[in-house]
Amino acid sequence: MITLKINDHEVKVEEGTTILTAAKNLGINIPTLCNHADLCVAGNCRVCVVEQKGARTLVASCATPVSEGMDIQTNSLKVRNARKHIVELLLSEHRADCTKCYKNQKCELQTLANEYSFGEHIFLDLVGNHEYTVDRSSPSFIKDDSKCIRCQRCVRTCSQLQHVSAIAVANKGSHMKISSFHDRPMSHVVCTNCGQCVNRCPTGALTEKTYIDQVWDAIYDPDKHVVVQTAPAVRVGLGEDLGYDPGERVTGKMVTALRQLGFDSVLDTDFTADLTIIEEGTELLTRLKKVLLEGDKNTALPMFTSCSPGWIKFIEHKYPQMLPNLSTCKSPQQMFGALAKTFFAQKRNIDPAKVVSVSIMPCTAKKYEADRPEMRSSGYKDIDFVLTTRELAVMIKQAGIDFRSLEESPYDSIMGTSTGAAVIFGATGGVMEAALRTAYELVTGKPVPFKNLNITPVRGMEGVKEATIKIEGTIEEWRFLEGAELKVAIAHGLVNANKLARAVSTGKATYHFIEIMACPGGCLGGGGQPIPTNAAIRQKRMEAIYAEDMHMDIRKSHENPEIVAIYNEFLEKPNGHKSHELLHTHYVSREAY
Amino acid sequence: MKKKGLSKVDLIFETIDAKVVLEKAFSMTSEEIIQQILESSLKGRGGAGFPTGLKWKYTAAEKDPEKYVICNADEGEPGTFKDREILDRASYKVYGGMAIAGRAMGAKKGYIYLRGEYRFLLPQLYLELHKFHKMIAEIGYDFSIEYRMGSGAYICGEESALFESIEGRRGEPRNKPPYPTSSGLFNKPTSINNVETLVTAMMIIAKGAQEYVKLGTKDSRGSKVFSVSGDTPVPGIFELELGMTVQEFVTEFGDGDTKAVQVGGASGFCVPRKKFADTIIGFEGVPTGGSMKLFNSSRSMYNVLHNYLEFFSEESCGQCTPCRVGCQQLLKGIEMVKKGEAKSTYLYELVKLADTMKVASKCGLGQSVGNAFKSIVENFREEVIY
Repeated sequence: MITLKINDHEVKVEEGTTILTAAKNLGINIPTLCNHADLCVAGNCRVCVVEQKGARTLVASCATPVSEGMDIQTNSLKVRNARKHIVELLLSEHRADCTKCYKNQKCELQTLANEYSFGEHIFLDLVGNHEYTVDRSSPSFIKDDSKCIRCQRCVRTCSQLQHVSAIAVANKGSHMKISSFHDRPMSHVVCTNCGQCVNRCPTGALTEKTYIDQVWDAIYDPDKHVVVQTAPAVRVGLGEDLGYDPGERVTGKMVTALRQLGFDSVLDTDFTADLTIIEEGTELLTRLKKVLLEGDKNTALPMFTSCSPGWIKFIEHKYPQMLPNLSTCKSPQQMFGALAKTFFAQKRNIDPAKVVSVSIMPCTAKKYEADRPEMRSSGYKDIDFVLTTRELAVMIKQAGIDFRSLEESPYDSIMGTSTGAAVIFGATGGVMEAALRTAYELVTGKPVPFKNLNITPVRGMEGVKEATIKIEGTIEEWRFLEGAELKVAIAHGLVNANKLARAVSTGKATYHFIEIMACPGGCLGGGGQPIPTNAAIRQKRMEAIYAEDMHMDIRKSHENPEIVAIYNEFLEKPNGHKSHELLHTHYVSREAY
Repeated sequence: MKKKGLSKVDLIFETIDAKVVLEKAFSMTSEEIIQQILESSLKGRGGAGFPTGLKWKYTAAEKDPEKYVICNADEGEPGTFKDREILDRASYKVYGGMAIAGRAMGAKKGYIYLRGEYRFLLPQLYLELHKFHKMIAEIGYDFSIEYRMGSGAYICGEESALFESIEGRRGEPRNKPPYPTSSGLFNKPTSINNVETLVTAMMIIAKGAQEYVKLGTKDSRGSKVFSVSGDTPVPGIFELELGMTVQEFVTEFGDGDTKAVQVGGASGFCVPRKKFADTIIGFEGVPTGGSMKLFNSSRSMYNVLHNYLEFFSEESCGQCTPCRVGCQQLLKGIEMVKKGEAKSTYLYELVKLADTMKVASKCGLGQSVGNAFKSIVENFREEVIY
C-alpha cells in the first residue's frame, strides 16, 4: 500500500493506482477527456493535470501512478490556470456549432467548457485555419473532423478493442488528424461500422448517421404501414438514456412508447432470434452430419455465427478464406425484414410496397447491414431504416412522452412472441446458449443438462470462452452423435474474435461451433447503446438480460408457438427452400486494407 | 562562481587507439565505469543535461537480462550540426562509447537512431561499424550495434518517441513514468545517450575522470562541441571548454554587430546584448545542446520568433493539447499583434500560455517552446509588436 496526500487529505491505495483513481477514492473529481475506462491510458488531452509538490511540471493524473509520500494538489491556482487554458485551447480548434450539433448537451467538451470557459474566449479561433473533412460515406456514422479534439479514444478503440485500426493518427503538429488508410472515405476502408468509436467519442466528431426524420415521415404518412422491431439488448439499455440507472429492464414501457410514437405494428426481433436458432441450429446439425457421418470434405467446420454485421465485415476483410465457415443465416434483423414484407404483409393483408420496416438496434453496423445489396430478398429493401437505442430515446423525448409513467404493454402479434432463448442474444454467449438449448433437445429429446437451462460456462465477460457439451441419449436420427463432445467457443469484441479466427485458420483450435459478437459484451455493449458504455455498465446490462430470460414463460426457441406456426403456415421446414430464399444469405471477400 | 574564459579543446575529435581504451573499460567492473562517469559529472550533451552516470547507474540496477544502449543521433535542433561532424570524423568513438555503456549496465545490444537527412553518411558509418564489430570480436566481448533510420520528424529525437519509432510505430512521446532506465525500448531497461555524450564518456574512461573535471565549472564540467551559425564570419564546429560567458563567445565568433545569440536552438533561450556579459553558457546559465546562432542588427527578432513558431507548429507530434494547439496559438497570436489585429497586450496572454505549455505539455518539446518565445518576447517586445 502507498500513502500519499491529495489536497492535504491522506489516502492509502494499492501500488500502481493512478492519482486520478486515488483522488476518486477520496471523493475528489478531476476532469478528464481522453481517459476512458475501457481503454489504455493516453495522457494526451492534459485536462487532468495536477500539481505534485517538488515536481518541475504538472503531472497528468490519469497517467501517473502514485508513489510514497506524494503531495498532490488538484485545484491549486497553477492547476486551475493550466486547466482553463487547456479547455480554451481545445475549444479554439473545435467547431463549436453546439446548437446545431447532434451531441449538444451530450458533449464532454461542452460540459468542461461550461465549468472552465464561460464568457469571452482567451484564444483566437483556429477552425478557419484548417480544411476539414466531413465524411458521410458510411451508412452507419458521420466523421466530422472539425469537431475532433484529437483525444484518440476512437483510435485506441479501433485498435485495442477491435483489432481493426480503420482509423489512425495521420500527420503531425497543426496538421495532425484522425484519418483512414490513404485518407479514403470510411466506406472504402476496413471499418466494420461497429460504432464502438462513436460510443466513445467525447464530442460530435463521430456520431451515428441518424434516420429519425425519415422514420417520422413514414409514421405520419397515412399510406404507409410502419412496422418496428426491437433488438434484445435495446430493452436493457434504453432506460439509461431516459433517466434510469444501468441495468433497468424497460421492455413493457418501451413497447407502449413505440405505440404512442405512432408505429403501426410493434414487433420483436426476438421472434426472428428464435427463428435464427431453428435455422442456424439445423444448419449446424446438418454440417455435423455431413462432416462426421458422410465424410464430406467440402463442408466447413467449425461454423461461425453470423448475427453480428460488424463481425461479418471483419471476417470478409481479414479472413475471407473462412467465409464458408460462416453460417449462411441472416441476422435476426434481416430475417425479420425479409418476413415483414412477405409473410407478415400476406397475413395482415397489406401491400408489401406500403410496409415500412424500421428496426431499433443497439448497433450502428445494423445500418450498414440493412444497406447491403444482398438484403432485398422480399423484393424490396427488407429493412428501410435502422435506429440506434440512442435515437429511439431521442424520438421518445421529441414526442414529449413521460416514459416513467407509461403502463407496460405486450408486443403485437404476429412476429411479436418470443422466448428467453431469444432475449439472451443480447449478451455474449447468448446465441450459443440458445442454440444449445434447442440443438441438444433436437438430438436427444431431452433438455440440456444444466440447472434451470442456464448454461453458465458460456456466460460472462471473459474475452474468449470455451465449453464442451457431451451428447448422450441421442434419438435414432442423430445416433452418430452419441457420446460425441460438442466443442464450442465464444468471443466478443473483435480483438478476441481475431484471436479465435486466427487459431481456427492456422489449425491451432478445433471447435464445432463458434459464436462471435463484434462488440465487447455482445450487443448489450453495442456501438448504438447509450453513452457511456463501459465494463461496469455492460455487467449491469448483462444481469438484466439474464433476468429477462428467467422472467419469460418459454425459454427454448423451438417451443415458441409462433415459430411452430410460421413453419406450418409459410416456411415449411428449417433450411427448406423458402428459408433459403428469405432467411439465408451469402458473403463477399473484401480487400485486407 | 569562477568564470572561465574561452579556450578551445580537442577531446572529441582527438585520435585515440579505441582498442586500448575498450580493453581498459572491459577490464573494469560495471561499478568502476559508472563511478568514473559519476565523478566526471558528465551531463547529457543532447541538451536536457541529465547526469549520464546516474542514467547508467539506474539502468545497471535493473534486473532484466535484456537491456539496450541507444545512441540518439536524430540531431534535429535547428542550428545543430555537431553530431553529423562527430559521426563523420569519429564514429569509432561513438561505437566505443556505446560498448562501454553496454559494459557498464549489462547490455549486449545497441541501436543508433540516425537522423533521416544523414542517410548519406551510412556507407562510411557501416564500414567503420564493420571494423568495430571485428575489433570487439578480437577482444572477445559480446556487443553489437545496429542502425535505425529516422524519417525527418523532430519529435523522434525525444527519447520515448524515438523508441516508438524504432518499434515501428508512430513517433509519439510516452507517458513518464516509467522512465527509459526501467522501461524503454521494447519495454526493456534502456540507456539513451546523445552521440557526443557517448564519445565524451569514452574519453573520460581513456583519460580518467580526474583529468576531465579539470575542465569546465562546478555545474558544467568538461568541454562541449558547439555548432556556430548565423551572423558570424567563422561558422562551423568548435569544441570549447564550458564556463565561458556569452560575451566571451561573441567576442570570438561575432561579426562586431551581434545583438542576440540564440543558445540551444529553437527550444533554447535568446540572450540579448545587454545580458551577454552576465550569462554563462552552461547549466548555471543557458544550457545548450550545441546550437549557437548569432543575430546581428539587420535581423528582425519577430522573424526569428515567427520562424521558430512555424517550426514548432509543424514539428509538434500533435498528441497533447498544450503543444499542438498552443504552438498554433502562439504563432497566430504574434501574427495578429504584428498586423495590429490584436492588442499588443495580447502578448501577455501569450506569455501566460507559454507558461502553461511549459508545465502541462507531455514532453520536452512542448515544455520548451516557451523558452524561445518568452526570451524573445521579453527582450525584443518592440520588434515583435511594431
